[in-house]
Amino acid sequence: MSELGIVYALLGAAVAVLLSGTGSAIGVGIAGQAASGVVTEDPSKFAKVLIIQLLPGTQGLYGLLIGFITLSKIGVLGGGLADLSIQTGLLILAACLPIGVVGLLSAIAQGKTAAAAIGIVAKKPDQFGKAMLFPAMVETYAILALLISFLSVSGIQV
Amino acid sequence: MAVLKMQRISICALKRDRKAILEKLQSLGVLEVNHVIEEDDLFHKMDTAGRKLGFEKAAALADQALEILEKYVPEKKSMFAALEGKKLIGPEEGKAVQEERRELLKDARAIYDLDREHAEWAANISKLENSIESLTPWLALDVPMQSAGTEKTAVILGTMPGETTLEKVYEVLGEKAPDEGADVHVVSAEQSAVYLAVICMRESVPKVEEALRSAGFARPSQVWDKIPALQKQEFEDQIEDCRQKTDKVEKEIRGFASKREKLKIVADYYRIRAEKYAVLGQLPQSGRTFVISGYIPQCEAEKVAGYLAGNYDCVVDVEELKEDEEAPVILKNNPFSASMEGVVESYGLPVKGEIDPTTIMSFFYVFFFGMMLSDAAYGALVAVVCAVLVWKFPRMSAGMKKSLKLFLYCGISTVVWGILFGGYFGNIVDIVSGKFFGRTITPPALWFVPLDEPMKLLLYSLLFGVIHLFTGLAIKGYLCVRDGKIMDFFCDVVLWFMLLVGLIMMLLPSELFASIAQMEIVFPEAVNTLAKVLAAAGAIGIVLMSGRSNKNPALRIALGAYDLYNITGWLSDVLSYSRLLALGLATGVIASVINQMGSMLPNNIIGIIFFILIFIVGHAMNLAINLLGAYVHTNRLQFVEFFGKFYEGGGRPFDPFKENTKYADVKEETLS
Repeated sequence: MSELGIVYALLGAAVAVLLSGTGSAIGVGIAGQAASGVVTEDPSKFAKVLIIQLLPGTQGLYGLLIGFITLSKIGVLGGGLADLSIQTGLLILAACLPIGVVGLLSAIAQGKTAAAAIGIVAKKPDQFGKAMLFPAMVETYAILALLISFLSVSGIQV
Repeated sequence: MAVLKMQRISICALKRDRKAILEKLQSLGVLEVNHVIEEDDLFHKMDTAGRKLGFEKAAALADQALEILEKYVPEKKSMFAALEGKKLIGPEEGKAVQEERRELLKDARAIYDLDREHAEWAANISKLENSIESLTPWLALDVPMQSAGTEKTAVILGTMPGETTLEKVYEVLGEKAPDEGADVHVVSAEQSAVYLAVICMRESVPKVEEALRSAGFARPSQVWDKIPALQKQEFEDQIEDCRQKTDKVEKEIRGFASKREKLKIVADYYRIRAEKYAVLGQLPQSGRTFVISGYIPQCEAEKVAGYLAGNYDCVVDVEELKEDEEAPVILKNNPFSASMEGVVESYGLPVKGEIDPTTIMSFFYVFFFGMMLSDAAYGALVAVVCAVLVWKFPRMSAGMKKSLKLFLYCGISTVVWGILFGGYFGNIVDIVSGKFFGRTITPPALWFVPLDEPMKLLLYSLLFGVIHLFTGLAIKGYLCVRDGKIMDFFCDVVLWFMLLVGLIMMLLPSELFASIAQMEIVFPEAVNTLAKVLAAAGAIGIVLMSGRSNKNPALRIALGAYDLYNITGWLSDVLSYSRLLALGLATGVIASVINQMGSMLPNNIIGIIFFILIFIVGHAMNLAINLLGAYVHTNRLQFVEFFGKFYEGGGRPFDPFKENTKYADVKEETLS
C-alpha cells in the first residue's frame, strides 16, 4: 500500500474545513458590517440582526461535519491510521470537494444576501420573518453539497 | 382552521350617549371603524384634529418625562423584563390617576424643563473647560492678556509654528524690520506651537507684527482681560458653581422618581383619548345623533348589539358584508395550532377566498422542526425553558407567548425524534460511560441511527416531502371544488396528481431506486401498466388543458408544454426536503465533535472541570445555531414548498378601535 493515500484523505478533510470555513468567515463578516451599522442607529434591533448575521455561518459547520467524519473514518482521531490506497485517498478527497467549494462560494453569496436582509430589518422590523428567508434560500445549495459529500464519504469503503 | 367571519355593525345613537358608547366600544376593542356614509347636508364630520393633537402632545410629554427619569434614575429591571409584559391595573387606580392628570402633566413639564436646564449647565461646563484649555499655555504670563502695555510700549501676544526658537524670531525681525527694536519672550512651547510675548514701541507695532506674520505668527483667537492665572481660578470657580447647580437639578429630577408609575398611566390615558378623538373625527353627526359603523367578528356582533340596544336609545344594525368588500382578518385556531399563527402572519394573512392554512401547517411544522433538531436532550431543554417562561410570566405579550409555545411544542417533537434516532447531546452517554466508567454504553435508537443509515433517512425525508406537497396540492383541489371551479380542479389538480403518482410508481420498481434504497420493489405487471397509463394520461392532459384560456390552438399547446416543464419544479421541491436529513446530521455530528474534544482531556479533576466547561459552552453554541437553522428551514419548507402550492396571502389584519396602551393595561370591562 502506498503511503500517499492517507495524505490525500487528510487533504480532503482539510479542504472541506478550510474552504467552507473561509467562506463562512467572509459571509458572516459581510453581514456583520451591515449589522453593526443598524445597531449604531437602533441598538434595540441587536437580537434580530445578530440572528441574520449568523445565517452564513452554517457552511463552516457543514465543513466541520464532513472534516470530522473523514477524520474518524481514516482513523486520525482514534489513533490507528487506516491503510489507504492512493485511489481511496483520492476518492475521499473528491468526496470532500462539494462542501468545500460550494460552502466557500455559497457562504459569501449568503453573506451578501444577509447584509441586504439586515437592511429590511432596519427599515421594517416587522418583516423579520421574510427577511430571514432570503439568506435561507441560498443555503439550500450548501445543504445539497453537504448531502453529497456526506453520502460519498460515508459510502467509501476503507 | 378558520378565519373569523366578519359582519358590518352600524350604530345610530343620540349625541348625549356619544361619550359613553365610544368609551364602551374602545374598552371592548372588537370593532374596526370603517365608514361607508359620505358627508351630506345632514351629517357632518366633526373637526377633532386640534384636540387629538393636544392629547398626543400630552402623551408625548409624559413619555419624554419618563425617558428622562429613566436616564437619571434607571428603573431596576430583571433580565426577563421583556417577557413580563404590561402591568395590569384596576379601574379604580386608573380613575385616581385621571383625577390628578393636570398635576401630573405639570410634573412632566417640570421634569422636561429641569432636564433642559441640566443640559444648559452641562454645556456651560464644557465651554469653560475649553476656555481653560486655551488659557493654559499663557499661564506663565504675569500681565493681563489684554494689557495695552505702557505709555510708550505695547505687548503683542501670539503663536508661532512649533520648534521656532528665540534666535529664529530675532533673525526674522532683523531681516524684515531691521529698524525696529523688540523684546521677545517665549511664554511656553508645545510640539505644535510656541507662545510668544513681544514687547516693542507703540509706533513699531504694525511693522513688527507684519514681520513676525511672515514667519507664521498669529494672534490668539481668545483673549481675557485678567492675568491668566487669576482668570483660570475664576473659570474654575464658575465650573464648580455650575457643577453644584447640575447636582441640584439632578437631585430635583430624582425627586420625581416616585411619580413614575403614575406618569405611565397618565401617558396611556392621553394615548387612549387621542385614539378616541381620532375615531370621533370620522363619525358622521347630525344635530342630535351620530353614526358609527365598522367591521365586527360575527361571534361578538350579537352581544354588542344586544348590550347597546338594551342600555341606550339607539338603533343597531348588523348586516352581512357585501360581495366585493375585503374584510380584515382574524385567525381562529385550536390552542395548539394557534401558536403557529405568528408564522402564517409573517408570510401574509389569507385574502378573501383563501383558507387559513394554520391548522394543517402546524402539524407539519412541529414534525419537521423536531426532525431537523433531532436531539432528545436539546429538545427537552428547549421545551422546559419555554414552559417555565410561559408559566412564570402570564402577562407577557400575546405574540411572545405564541412564539414561546411554538418552541415548546417543537421542543417536545424534538424529544420524540431524538429518542427515535438515539441522540442525547450527540453521543454524550457513550463518551461519559467510556471515559469515566470504562464501559461504553450506547443508548439504543428506537427507530434507527441516521449516521449509520443515511440513505434510509434520505428516502424517508423525501417521502415526508411528497406527503407535504401532495397535501398542499389537495388543499388547492379542495378550494377549486368549494368555489365550483370543476374544470380548474380537474386540469390543475387531478391531472398533476395522475402524472406525479404515475411517475412515482414507475420509479419505485426501477433499478435506480433499488440501488438507492438497497431494496427491490416489484409490482405486478398490471400496476406497472397502470403507472405508465396514469403518467402518460396526466402529461397529455396537462399539455392539452393548461393553456385552455387561450383560443389559439398552437399557443395553447405551447403553454401546456411549458406547464409540463413544471415537473422540474416538483423535483426540486421534493429534493429540498433532503435538508431534513442534512440538518439532523449536522446537529448530531457537531455535538459529537464537542464531546470528542472533551474526551481527549486527561482523566483527573482538572480534566473533568474542563470537560464540563467544554460541554456547557460547546452544546450551548450548537443548540443555538441549530435551533436557528431548524427554525429558518422549517419556515422555508412551509413558505416556499407548501404555500407555493395553494396559498398567496396578503390579507389585512383586523385593527380594532381599542385602548392601545404602552405601559399598563386597564382591566378589561365585560358586557354585563
